[in-house]
Amino acid sequence: MFEAIAFYLFAFLTIVMFFITVTTSQALYALSALAAGMIFISAFFFILGADFLGAVQIIVYTGAVMALYAFGMMFFDSTREVKEKQGNKYIIVGLSTLAAILVVVIFSAPMVSDKIVALYPAIDGVGNTQEVGLVLFTKYLVPFEVAAIMLLVAMVAGIVLAGKKMDLSITLMSDSEIEEQKNKKVLS
Amino acid sequence: MEKYLYIALFAPLVSSLFSALFTATPKKLFTGIIASVLIFTSFVASTILLLHILKGGEPIHVTLMTWMATGDLYIPFGFVVDQISVTMMMVVTLVSTIVHIYSIGYMDHDKGFNRFFAWLSAFVFSMMILVMSDNYAGLFIGWEGVGLCSWGLIGFWYHKEIATWASNEAFIMNRIADLGMLIGIFLVYWNTGTLQYDEAFALMPSLDSATLTWIGIFLFIGAMGKSAQFPLHTWLADAMEGPTPVSALIHAATMVTAGVYLVVRSNELYSLIPNVGLFIASLGAFVALFAASMALVNRDMKRIIAYSTLSQLGYMFAAAGLGAYWVALFHLMAHAFFKALLFLGAGNVMHAMHDELDPFKMGGLKKVMKWTWIMMTIASLALAGIFPFAGFFSKDTILEAAFAEHHFVIYGVLLFTAGLTAFYSFRLVALIFHGEERYKIFGIHPHEAYRFMLIAMSPLLILAMIAGVFQEPFFAMVEEILSAHEYHIHSHTTLWIMLVGTQLFVALAILYAYKKYATWSSVPDGTSPIENSFFYKLLFNQYYIPYFYETYIVKPYREASELFWTKVDLKIVDATVDGIAGIVYGTGEKTRQMQSGNLSTMLKWMVAGLVGLLFLAVAFGLAARYSDEIIVFLSALGV
Amino acid sequence: MEIGLNHYLVLSTILFAIGLVGVMRRKNLLLLFFATEILLNAVNIAFAAISHYYGDLTGQMFAFFVIAIAASEVAVGLGLLIVWYKRHSSIDLDALTTMKG
Repeated sequence: MFEAIAFYLFAFLTIVMFFITVTTSQALYALSALAAGMIFISAFFFILGADFLGAVQIIVYTGAVMALYAFGMMFFDSTREVKEKQGNKYIIVGLSTLAAILVVVIFSAPMVSDKIVALYPAIDGVGNTQEVGLVLFTKYLVPFEVAAIMLLVAMVAGIVLAGKKMDLSITLMSDSEIEEQKNKKVLS
Repeated sequence: MEKYLYIALFAPLVSSLFSALFTATPKKLFTGIIASVLIFTSFVASTILLLHILKGGEPIHVTLMTWMATGDLYIPFGFVVDQISVTMMMVVTLVSTIVHIYSIGYMDHDKGFNRFFAWLSAFVFSMMILVMSDNYAGLFIGWEGVGLCSWGLIGFWYHKEIATWASNEAFIMNRIADLGMLIGIFLVYWNTGTLQYDEAFALMPSLDSATLTWIGIFLFIGAMGKSAQFPLHTWLADAMEGPTPVSALIHAATMVTAGVYLVVRSNELYSLIPNVGLFIASLGAFVALFAASMALVNRDMKRIIAYSTLSQLGYMFAAAGLGAYWVALFHLMAHAFFKALLFLGAGNVMHAMHDELDPFKMGGLKKVMKWTWIMMTIASLALAGIFPFAGFFSKDTILEAAFAEHHFVIYGVLLFTAGLTAFYSFRLVALIFHGEERYKIFGIHPHEAYRFMLIAMSPLLILAMIAGVFQEPFFAMVEEILSAHEYHIHSHTTLWIMLVGTQLFVALAILYAYKKYATWSSVPDGTSPIENSFFYKLLFNQYYIPYFYETYIVKPYREASELFWTKVDLKIVDATVDGIAGIVYGTGEKTRQMQSGNLSTMLKWMVAGLVGLLFLAVAFGLAARYSDEIIVFLSALGV
Repeated sequence: MEIGLNHYLVLSTILFAIGLVGVMRRKNLLLLFFATEILLNAVNIAFAAISHYYGDLTGQMFAFFVIAIAASEVAVGLGLLIVWYKRHSSIDLDALTTMKG
């Protein structure tokens, strides 16, 4: 009973938040609604017993990603109202609804329920975080490391793209060249 | 012995390919010489095979390789040398050797010298396939091959419009007939399950006579086209636009006799259906008379000889239709010798007269062209059937056969035609070689042909004189395979009256021709009363048959074609194709706007694509889920 | 009133559809990124739910990697966005038509 109430409550809240995100003309509202939606989604993870995933959701999305977006928004000065020319709304809504209906039709097909066999069954008597750790560092070790490298690459890429004068390498320069660069900066 | 078979078959192919290497280069004498040597090699190999068969050897049957083998259909490239094919091989290789050597002189000044030999040798190869094949499919390949080479050689001087027209006419007429032939071959396969001669003929007696009749009729339609029988005869006279050696080889001695060969080869079939045989004989007799009558008044030397060929082909069909296959084959052989000689002589005359063809503009040539005169006279005597030349033996046997089979109408027609033959042959000889020298008006200085050309012709001259002595050995050779029997007129008196009567009749015709034309002095200009008489005009215009074809078949066909072109092809077929192209082009033109470079639009399209894919997934999922019901539903609809 | 897998799947689908609306509707690149985050989260819910109802951890693993990828996507995407903004002083999609065919 409690589960049902929690599900419907959070479902309602998530849908509302995300709806605001895609419809509001204020970027700040959108950002706030998105952050709230992310937190509500972590509630589903907790309900489903995926504690670790819920924690990661809050930390990564609401913590890191939202902070990044917030900085981005300050950078772009998007706090003012966003003007957007809109095309045909019926096409947008129609296509989305159609996609949703079709996905539901696919999900409602009986093949989903019968034929799936658990590849890595959950272990009884162990906490979710421990389970995840066991699977993640045994079966998914290589993908995990690859994901780590990917994050590193993304970080480097983000810095390189956003930073200034990243084509210069101070370590490879002689002292005189560094001085020259400094002078330039002062002059400019 | 197989070795000789392959040599005989493939030497002409080698010759053709070798000459074909030089078709784009100026005249090279050695192509002609090498081609002649290779054809002569083929002749020697054929002679060895003939001796083998004459000595009573078994027919040689080889299978070169499998051509088609699918399901029950098995067609090999098989070749057979038996009594019939070896006769044809001898005729083909002998005449073509002589024609090759002769052509070295005749085509001396022609730019297409090398090309000529390539075509000519290719023709010999096709003809060898035609006569040596042991099944109808191989025969058909050769049949089409000779048709193609004939097309190339009639239109050899392709810069002359009339030559290309004539070659196309010959080709198209032959296609019409080949359709009949193909149907015949299909019927054979359909009803017997094989195309091998021996197997098919072995099964034929068990078929019902209606089927056999149809097979016989359709095969004979093919023969009618190739042998230019009425009503498909017009191409042969027009084919004379080709070089004269071609006329001698293809349109007198070999290719046009392929129809006769087909009937002789299928003798076991035609023996089963005497009604069709009688029709063939009647048509043959009719064509003999019909063609001879057109030759009476024609003023084109080569056309006269062409009509005479047509007439003689009629004789052969008459004999074959009456069941006297060996007589037909023998006449085919003898006719090849003297008709080739006649044509090559005509070629000499043409050369001397600078391609003048009207015998009325010649006259008195015997002084300058003594040997040609002798050869053509003897060839004409042989053609007329005067004792003891070749034609006497072959043609008289046909007459005897007709008499002995009690077909007196056919006999009468053929006898009368023999008189006409003698008349027009000697009309030609008299006009060319006797009388006043009318060519002087036109300022021509004739000269005799090269000596080696005359020497090359001499074997034909000898054969035209003595071929009659081969009658007995030939009969002995083919007796078994053609179930031949000699034709005996019951009373000796009748026989002698017939022989002497025929000879007298023919001799009188010759004398009349000489009397009328040997002293001819003027070139007719279309004003004399005889030239304006009804019969003269009728004959001179070939019974208006070409005119009839032109007006009632070619023109309506052309109009129908144009109608279909403008109405059906342009408005329906082309419009459909253009429409499809237009749809594709229009779609591209419209969808090009999708590529606006606007990310938002692209995202919309992406979502549309996603929806499309999801829709497909649902559709296929449903189809897989309800496949049984769908099959039931479709089968109820009758799909 | 038992909450089953289908409930979660339908919720996931609805959120996904909202995300699609955003993807198609948004002309501001930053807000477009928000919409993609919604799409990813919608899928994550489905993964986690399937993982729970089948007692299989694979779904959670996938959701985990999806989060990792989303994080790196944001990092690179924002970097690119900054470069673009420096050049054109605009992050409006309709101005972004250099890919015009």
